[in-house]
Amino acid sequence: MVKGYDGYIYMLAFFAGWPIILFLMAERLRNLGKFTFSDITAYRLDQGKVRTMAAISSLVVVCFYLIAQMVGAGQLIKLLFGLEYNVAIFAVGILMMVYVTFGGMVATTWVQIIKACMLLAGGTLVMVLAFSQFNFSFATLVEKASSLHKLGPKLMYPGSLLADPVTAISLGLGLMFGTAGLPHILMRFFTVTDAKEARKSVLYASGFVAYFFNVIFIMGLCGIIIVGQNPEFFEAGKVGGKMIGGGNMVAMHLSKAVGGDMLLGFLAAVAFATILAVVSGLALAGASAISHDLYARVIKKGTATEASEIRVSKIATICLGFVAIILGILFEKQNIAFMVGLAFGVAAAANFPVLILSMYWKGLTTRGALFGGYGGLVSAVLFVLFSKSVWVDVLHNPAPLFPYTQPALFAMPIAFLLAYIFSKTDTSVRAGKEIEAFEDQYVRAQTGFGASSASNH
Amino acid sequence: MSSAMYERMRVNPKFQELVAKRGRFAWTLAFIVLSMFYGFVMVVAFNPTALGQPVSEGSFVTVGVVVELFMFIFFWSLTAVYVRRANTEFDALTQEIVKEAWKENK
Repeated sequence: MVKGYDGYIYMLAFFAGWPIILFLMAERLRNLGKFTFSDITAYRLDQGKVRTMAAISSLVVVCFYLIAQMVGAGQLIKLLFGLEYNVAIFAVGILMMVYVTFGGMVATTWVQIIKACMLLAGGTLVMVLAFSQFNFSFATLVEKASSLHKLGPKLMYPGSLLADPVTAISLGLGLMFGTAGLPHILMRFFTVTDAKEARKSVLYASGFVAYFFNVIFIMGLCGIIIVGQNPEFFEAGKVGGKMIGGGNMVAMHLSKAVGGDMLLGFLAAVAFATILAVVSGLALAGASAISHDLYARVIKKGTATEASEIRVSKIATICLGFVAIILGILFEKQNIAFMVGLAFGVAAAANFPVLILSMYWKGLTTRGALFGGYGGLVSAVLFVLFSKSVWVDVLHNPAPLFPYTQPALFAMPIAFLLAYIFSKTDTSVRAGKEIEAFEDQYVRAQTGFGASSASNH
Repeated sequence: MSSAMYERMRVNPKFQELVAKRGRFAWTLAFIVLSMFYGFVMVVAFNPTALGQPVSEGSFVTVGVVVELFMFIFFWSLTAVYVRRANTEFDALTQEIVKEAWKENK
């Protein structure tokens, strides 16, 4: 659990990515893309090479993000049904495979909308019930929470997770630009009819996100007092001991404390549906990278039939399901919010730089895009691998090789720099043509003329 | 064919106007968001205790909470402002550009 004010900072950083996506990317994405975000980078660059790269980095980001979601789902099911953690992870993985193979993007979009409304309603209800115990006074709430929590007044300070300046800045960069590099978020822009709808979606989505983050913040503080003082929610009934289901489950306990089993059941069901929808969206984004980019465009060079593309997509989904199960088991003990932060960090370094350069910088060539993309991806992954969270906690080495836990601050400049250098030094004939082709791409990006119609995936 | 269409749009002065106006507007807003957010991150990084100060003597509401809540609301208002202007003014201009390019094409 991200404690107190630290959590609030995380949430602001997630949120701040949305306006930036809207101002700088949304309409260009919609006007240039069709199915996956690599449509945009491949618009004037070498299809085969660029798509292969985008597919690989999409898959890596999807895997990182899957870890967080699988761990959350596993803990939730374990808490609700008393299943073994490993069994719970299997259940989620299988459900996800069934869901994506039979439902597809349209189903996931609808589920997203319905569950978002339920989540907002459920979360608001819990927050109101809990907050009413403090007469809706934020000051009383903070006063009590700080006096009870082991961090004391430090609860309202930026602290533990942002231990040093480098980590704080790196995390801020990663969360903000990571949103703009997540394949399953970018994919959503291609399901709306035009740039106008794309903008509206961002407005609604970010409004919900902002509202809900503030609800969660209040819920978290209430949880410290209401759940943190109730022996019922601790193993062996010891207040301050190990919380049942782990620290990630505070919100669930809070709903039970203020609304009884009914509310717990409702919120748990919604939370589970949310995780399932996110996991499915991720799997779908990963499967599309394999079937649409790798299979249809790179291997079959555009000659694949739709039926065979769908078949490949289903097989890919099943494979991703098993990958998710294995990752979920390996990373059981990891903090969810932290893992999400890492997934965003990798997305910010591997996808975002090449994507933004291909839309804004005329001089980007295939060679530059490849070096930038692979450079960002490899460096981000290595930074994560050598950091404490993997090198020490998972692989049990004595000391980390890379002192910081967040990769974005270091990996993003590497990606931009490599893309710049290798584009500038690219004097091939092809590069000249690619630079020339920017003019048409630019007009289309600005006006939407010639843009693809909405894709239903 | 479509390349010729793009060429016609590009030389239309309205296109230059659209690009300049929208670009300036979007970058200004982006700059506001980025500078406020990273200004805040710098405070978190280098002077975290400043955010833990109470807004007034004896209050338990801290500066950090107030600043963050403000940013949530302010950033979202900026998105709303952008969407409003883009969906009316900029889109109308875009449609004109495309229409004129078609006309010339005939």
